[in-house]
Amino acid sequence: MHIYLPIAEMSVNIFLICGMGGMIGFLSGLFGVGGGFLMTPLLIFIGVPAPVAVGTEANQIVASSVSGVLAHWRRGNVDFKMGAVLVAGGFAGSSLGVFLFKHLQTVGQIDLVIRMCYVVFLGAIGGLMLYESIRAIRRSRLIGARRGKLHQHNWLHGLPLKVRFRRSKLYISAILPFAIGAGVGVLSALMGVGGGFIMIPAMIYLLGMPTSVVVGTSLFQIIFVTANVTFLQAVSTQTVDVVLALLLLAGAVVGAQFGSKYSVQMKGEQLRGLLSLMVLAVCIKLAFDLVARPDDLYSIAPIVGH
Amino acid sequence: MSQAPLLTRMLVLLVMSATPATAEVLVADTSRRHVAITTGFTGTDVLLFGAVEGAGDIVVVIRGPAETIVVRRKQRFAGVWANADSVVFQDAPNFHQLATSRPLEEIADPATLRQLNIGADNLEFTPAPRDRHRSSLEIAEFRKALVRNKRTDGLYDTEPAPVSIISERLFRTPVYFPANMATGNYTATIYLFRDGAAVQLIEKPIVVQKSGFGAEVYTWAHDRAPLYGAAAIVVAIAAGWLAGVIFRNV
Repeated sequence: MHIYLPIAEMSVNIFLICGMGGMIGFLSGLFGVGGGFLMTPLLIFIGVPAPVAVGTEANQIVASSVSGVLAHWRRGNVDFKMGAVLVAGGFAGSSLGVFLFKHLQTVGQIDLVIRMCYVVFLGAIGGLMLYESIRAIRRSRLIGARRGKLHQHNWLHGLPLKVRFRRSKLYISAILPFAIGAGVGVLSALMGVGGGFIMIPAMIYLLGMPTSVVVGTSLFQIIFVTANVTFLQAVSTQTVDVVLALLLLAGAVVGAQFGSKYSVQMKGEQLRGLLSLMVLAVCIKLAFDLVARPDDLYSIAPIVGH
Repeated sequence: MSQAPLLTRMLVLLVMSATPATAEVLVADTSRRHVAITTGFTGTDVLLFGAVEGAGDIVVVIRGPAETIVVRRKQRFAGVWANADSVVFQDAPNFHQLATSRPLEEIADPATLRQLNIGADNLEFTPAPRDRHRSSLEIAEFRKALVRNKRTDGLYDTEPAPVSIISERLFRTPVYFPANMATGNYTATIYLFRDGAAVQLIEKPIVVQKSGFGAEVYTWAHDRAPLYGAAAIVVAIAAGWLAGVIFRNV
């Protein structure tokens, strides 16, 4: 059964899209990640134009983050004050990101930049996770896991504009979370991701936030940033396909439920090792496409509003 | 499209063309004037049919609206293929399909076909002012690339579809409109060739439009972009919240 996507302007199999949503949803439930960083490349692989994949995925992440944050909210695992600073930074960053996106689209380099961002970040994150999980698996065989001190003081804590974040038990400069929010915001706009895979490590290692509030707070920030990206992409590039987003979401919601059930039955290190291998596989495929000689060196694109 | 009205129309055409008073030797029409891209659209056939008096070759050309197209050439930078050089063409039709009763080169010589803009290889595109200083060799390279890419997308003719002629009088040919074609005003032109020259032509308009829910979405996304963006967010929040509530106790 086919459905015509009004913004992507292509006809796709409805079950393929729902299935992809379900698979990524399953993985995100299993691993506790957003899944945007896997979904956008997959959409590009099946032929959705890269800008539409990015704009639409931002829209879908709004929805999946809302359903995710509800659970954390009920448990009181959201630091709203920290979230607000991150959101402020996120708005600035994502607005800049959409502006960059539009400019790159006009000069014909957006596909390249999207793919390059993916190769760099998937490569880095996948590599780190693989390294971590291999080390963890080895270590767990030797002795019980040892935990280091998470919150260390360094020059970053000497910055001005100090604010007390009670929920996170922190007294730090607001500049730091603002900058992290902004950086992730740029990536969110360019890559069509929530950015949790960068923000969560940054919150733990740079800000020193307690792990219990990290996921809820990052989901809270992601809602606002991806909403901003959705709005700005809709206005400036018209690349948000609501039909595609809803189809993906329908699959993702169901998949996530199954994923989170299975995640209880599997070991953390093995899960992360598995995820890292998948991330690296997607990264390698994208990198290969960048360096392999294309079938046709020439490409065409219509110029709208000329 | 049911078969009955089509047959009636063809019979009417037959009768018309048989009338000795008219000087017309060619009559033709399309099975539909309107192609709707609906939510379930995966491409469709439009039937072109007509009648001809006496010998001759039939060439059917479907032309889409002209668009401004940028053709980009990739170049290798530090191992990565990136878009580098580009040429903009102002008036390339976004669609050009052919159906012929005999191979095109047997019907007319290239000069005639070029003059009539028949066949993707014979189309001329105008470079944008910024590219007019370039050598004709360069322009030709980019022009060829445009045609090649359009062919890959199934939007320009690769091999003309056959026009079947029944008892040297009636002809018909289906033309395929793919799912990835643009909306706009298309023209079906039916040429009658005799001894290498087009002696008569008939033009029929075909409007390609998005219709139904998909059309609504597209129009909103382009004409009321801020509202569309806001609606997309509201829909996402509602869907996410609903999902969160439904699966709360699962």
